[in-house]
Amino acid sequence: MTEKINENGKTKIRVEDFNLFYGKFQALQHITIEIPGNRITSIIGPSGCGKSTFIRSFNRMNELIPGVRTEGRILLDDKNIFDIDPVELRKQVGMVFQRPNPFPKTIFENIAFGPRAHGIRDRRILEEIVEKSLKQAVLWDEVKDNLNKSGLALSGGQQQRLCIARALAVEPEVILMDEPASALDPIATLKIEELIQQLKEKYTIVIVTHNMQQAARASDYTLFFNMAENRAGYLVESGKTTDIFTNPKNELTEQYISGRFG
Amino acid sequence: MIKNIELSRKKITAIDSAKQLRRRELSQKIAFALIWLAGLFAVAVLLLIIYYVVSNGFKVIDLEFLTTRPAGGVSGKGGISTTIVTTLYLVILTIAIAAPLGIGTAIYMVEYAVELSGKKGFLTALVNLIRTSVEILAGVPSIIFGLFGFAVFVSYMKLKFSLLSAGLSGACLVLPLIIRTTEEALLTVPQSYREGSLALGTTKWQTIFSVILPSALPGIITGIVLSVGRVIAETAVFWVTLGGSYRLPKNLLSSGRTMALHVYMLASETRAFDKALGTSAILILIIIGLNLAINITSRHFYKRFSGK
Repeated sequence: MTEKINENGKTKIRVEDFNLFYGKFQALQHITIEIPGNRITSIIGPSGCGKSTFIRSFNRMNELIPGVRTEGRILLDDKNIFDIDPVELRKQVGMVFQRPNPFPKTIFENIAFGPRAHGIRDRRILEEIVEKSLKQAVLWDEVKDNLNKSGLALSGGQQQRLCIARALAVEPEVILMDEPASALDPIATLKIEELIQQLKEKYTIVIVTHNMQQAARASDYTLFFNMAENRAGYLVESGKTTDIFTNPKNELTEQYISGRFG
Repeated sequence: MIKNIELSRKKITAIDSAKQLRRRELSQKIAFALIWLAGLFAVAVLLLIIYYVVSNGFKVIDLEFLTTRPAGGVSGKGGISTTIVTTLYLVILTIAIAAPLGIGTAIYMVEYAVELSGKKGFLTALVNLIRTSVEILAGVPSIIFGLFGFAVFVSYMKLKFSLLSAGLSGACLVLPLIIRTTEEALLTVPQSYREGSLALGTTKWQTIFSVILPSALPGIITGIVLSVGRVIAETAVFWVTLGGSYRLPKNLLSSGRTMALHVYMLASETRAFDKALGTSAILILIIIGLNLAINITSRHFYKRFSGK
């Protein structure tokens, strides 16, 4: 049973009966969903329901943890990601983390790092990529005169936009965001949300958020996860964000978005 | 739950807070004084040693002392020029052998062997064995490395008393130090750097080489500089592997004499105790210089990385 949440757009990621285990513990169970391209899909749910684990499956980041095992398929443009080399996959599926994690390098080097790792050596091309990525991440005007300053010298919000620019620089198709604004102040959060809106023209965005206003404001589609009896995360309900927030079909969803648990 | 709100609001007067505070402040002052004394004592002893060696040593130090070679024999005549050069050669050789091996081992243990954790098998057992060996080796007295070097490199491999024998033995001596400091340095690199880099579609080696190693560099450099100090200061190992020739080593298989070894030989076999002190003074100055170098580099890196 595949849940259709997208009426007209193209499906970018298709998850088919996906299960994930940390050793013996099942963290995700029987997840089947389609994620539309060029849209923002937010994932909400109480702590520990596997939201982060779920999006970290899309770029196979979970495999860094010893003892992780998966079942089922995740298709990116109809290709099973478990058949793609993880290095190649992560070039197509970028990620922004909860805490800004710029490298201890200059702003320029932070962004040039990805393209350079993929074999671009020409300084002029690298400069173009850096400028383009910073502009896309709405950070260019703030840092264009200080590209040789350390990325760590920026404010928290700027650091997070630097990390977004860094992810954009390798030209991914999908960008995963794991609570990208949870460590930021409200103004920096708002800037990130505006930025995400602009990015959906070119990218498919999947964002995990703890903040329901953020999901309601910033996303087109919403997936609601919850924890089952055995503490495994499962998908309760999915659909257009407006439908989920105004007219939830499931009682649990209604209770969660009205703040009765979670 | 506060059952009796009146009781909880009542001020407890049984404790004379002013008197209590005075007593606590007094005990704090006594503790501070003792800690200060201990610190002062340690610094005073150190300064006394440095003062004794340097002030006595400087009586014999002049340009001639630094630029002529030891004359040999029991008189202890001559300078220390060849011992300075031999020390430099040996330091370079030892680090050239030990640093790649040590850094490589540490990278393997921190970055690659984690994948094995939780699994049972040959490789896991091997990694645990390496870790235990390094810990044991770090505590082994240096003369034992010397005897090992003598048995293996000097006798068995027939390298004789030579720079090469000494360099290999010295590498065994500093290897645990380099492995441990590098391991510590790699462990302090935040996991978020690894994730951030891998998420960009870089290979593990690109991540290690371009993100992790540069971040760990200050720690690695500290380990190497400490090893340099260890080689400069070591006598026991080189006593039984380097020989004691006061001539300038011509090649890797030449015998030689480091400054520390020269100090030992002057003090034990000649009447030139003043020259032993002179050589020691220069050794001490080099060690102080090395420590300053560590401080300056780590501060430099801290500045560069923190962006301040």
